[in-house]
Amino acid sequence: MTLTTTLTDLANPTRFLSLTARVLPWLTAATAILLAIGLYQSALAPDDYQQGATVKIMFIHVPNAWLSMFVWSVMSVAALGTLVWRHPLADVAAKAAAPIGAAFTFLALVTGSLWGRPMWGTYWEWDARLTSVLILFLMYLGLMALWRAVEDPSRAARAAAVLTLVGAINLPIIKFSVDWWNTLHQPASVFRMGGPTLDRSFLIPLLVMAVAFSLLFVTLHLAAMRNEILRRRVRSLQMMQASRQAA
Amino acid sequence: MSLGPYASFIVTSYLLVTAVVLFLIVWIALDYRRQTRRLRELEASGIVRRSGRSAADTR
Repeated sequence: MTLTTTLTDLANPTRFLSLTARVLPWLTAATAILLAIGLYQSALAPDDYQQGATVKIMFIHVPNAWLSMFVWSVMSVAALGTLVWRHPLADVAAKAAAPIGAAFTFLALVTGSLWGRPMWGTYWEWDARLTSVLILFLMYLGLMALWRAVEDPSRAARAAAVLTLVGAINLPIIKFSVDWWNTLHQPASVFRMGGPTLDRSFLIPLLVMAVAFSLLFVTLHLAAMRNEILRRRVRSLQMMQASRQAA
Repeated sequence: MSLGPYASFIVTSYLLVTAVVLFLIVWIALDYRRQTRRLRELEASGIVRRSGRSAADTR
């Protein structure tokens, strides 16, 4: 089966709901198992020679920070789906992802602050990385407000898709802010030329937690998409009810 | 396992992540129940989809 055929099949919301019902229990179990392994490995990880036990905050801060950008990337692909291919589920995917992305970004900001206070001596610094992530968080909130403010879903979808694509400009700024500007935030230590600078005892729990949080996102996203499809069915049935009552 | 002098920062971080993730799970689960209940109520009042299939059926 080609990717195009798969995407065409999934364009049918009923088929998508059926697939979700079958996949969600397995995804939930896999997420729970991987999170348990990741938390166990994080608990057993040794103290860092500079950070001490505070390095444990990294095992939750970094996956949330990665996901904050990844979710916006998913929403950007969905925005293209809305504007270019008019895929019926594209706006559903984007709308369902936004609150989850906002939650991950919030957690990245707060856990970063809680790590920064003992390590940098401050909860917050207006440096390029922290500020650009704060802007990302505000953009998530703005998008969620936009979806709520516009009554007609198709109009809201187009406006949100444009805003999402404009907001995607912030992603490379976040990623490369530590290279382009002199920031308090340290440069990349995992995805970098020359390989990770982290020792295996920190790298493995971090990667396990990153995969666990990614699975958590996929699980929550599919469930939220299912809810959004049902919400749109409620709306269309309510409109049928209203038109019958008016007739 | 000793968390050293900054234990409160570490514990707060993990508790906060747990709380937010649990909030997301509960919020999504409650939303699912709310939407399926509204669909069943609409269907019970005689409003059905053009296909005739139940709108609340997700299988």
